[in-house]
Amino acid sequence: MSTTTTSTANRITVATTWLDGCSGCHMSFLDMDERLVDLAQQIDIVYSPLVDTKELPEQVDIGILEGSISSEDDLEKAKAFRKHCTLLISLGDCAVTGNVPAIRNHFKLSDVLDRAYRENVDLQPQIPTKSVPVLLTTVKPIHSEVEVDVFVPGCPPSADAIWYVLSELIAGRKPDPSQVTRFGA
Amino acid sequence: MPLPVPQPNIRVVTLKIDDQDLSAREDETIIEVCREHKIPVPSLCYLDGLSVWGGCRLCVVEIAGQGRLSAACSTRVAEGMHVHTNTERLQRYRRTIIEMLFAERNHVCSVCVSNGHCELQALGQSCGVDHVRVPYRQTPYPVDSSHESFRLDHNRCILCTRCVRVCDEIEGAHTWDVMGRGSDCLVITDLALPWGESETCTSCGKCVQVCPTGALVKQGTSVGEMVKDQHFLPILARRRHAR
Ligand code: SF4
Ligand code: SF4
Ligand code: SF4
Ligand code: FES
Repeated sequence: MSTTTTSTANRITVATTWLDGCSGCHMSFLDMDERLVDLAQQIDIVYSPLVDTKELPEQVDIGILEGSISSEDDLEKAKAFRKHCTLLISLGDCAVTGNVPAIRNHFKLSDVLDRAYRENVDLQPQIPTKSVPVLLTTVKPIHSEVEVDVFVPGCPPSADAIWYVLSELIAGRKPDPSQVTRFGA
Repeated sequence: MPLPVPQPNIRVVTLKIDDQDLSAREDETIIEVCREHKIPVPSLCYLDGLSVWGGCRLCVVEIAGQGRLSAACSTRVAEGMHVHTNTERLQRYRRTIIEMLFAERNHVCSVCVSNGHCELQALGQSCGVDHVRVPYRQTPYPVDSSHESFRLDHNRCILCTRCVRVCDEIEGAHTWDVMGRGSDCLVITDLALPWGESETCTSCGKCVQVCPTGALVKQGTSVGEMVKDQHFLPILARRRHAR
């Protein structure tokens, strides 16, 4: 989106990333279809799995996080987003409530790892220790670790709900997401 | 069935709810008058046709001149009463109650059989609960799938006791009761036997239909498939009282 020719000076900068989610909330974002063209006139996506940039800029207007905090890596990303983004949005039920990833909280972490990497594996069952982030004992919603400004529940929130929230923010108003979405929507 | 004859010695009172001047029979509760006049008051344990429980406190209202809040489902109207149903303070309390219900047990709406047809979920949305500020307790509760037609998931139970009351007052079986206190409180069948082994349950399914959440559901339902039908209740309740 940063490739459009319009001046980028007054545009609102947006960063997004996914933590422990399924990327469905990002897909729902893309489901805004032709409205993305309108949006591209008003916002600049400066960091996201949807674009190429590798580093979170120093200052971003709006940060959007999908997914719960389940690993050390998720926690670091959430803290970085909080530090660099003026306004932080929890997008989707995993970010807002813990949702499906948090179902594992009812089991011991060692049992969860055994189930995934030993019990169901035929060849060289082993629990990975290198190059993968260490899992936290308890999966948590984002606001239990860093302050969040806007909550958009839904699994995933509809494209209409995301459009509503972003349009309100761009217009300088505080959105009331309960008007358009809910847990499990 | 003959129409119920109005009781001659029941008086009519006048009162004000929000900004409406209304009249009501003196034996009516605030919530009944609100429902008649389409004034929305959130509620979970109250259900037209069952006795009043007054446990969930979602229906709290303010009565002018009284410092403490009153439950609209268990407070009778009175002459000259002035009721407020939706002040900022009430909205704040209701929000907190709903958040605590979500935090106490385990609600994962996206994979729940009652997704889209759940009174707790709908109230969460209408009261503006877009996140839960208290920490989730993360304590697992048991699921009883022993009944051939129905299932009980304590993780989704909000202890409204609608199941207990409908089974006792309408079906007359009194299979359900409540055991334990605080967060250990559970609804039980017979003397805490698995539901499938209950000798009193007639498998009528009334408890499943009145349960506001995904705690009591039909076997074999998948995500979002459990739609409940409570139309039978006021009809049966009126017939019972007319006898
Ligand atoms: S019972 Fe209702 S609130 Fe609880 S998980 Fe199911 S749909 Fe959500
Ligand atoms: S199915 Fe009927 S009899 Fe059995 S527990 Fe439920 S209400 Fe009672
Ligand atoms: S099982 Fe359902 S009806 Fe019974 S107390 Fe729990 S939530 Fe209420
Ligand atoms: S509806 Fe009145 S206390 Fe539950």
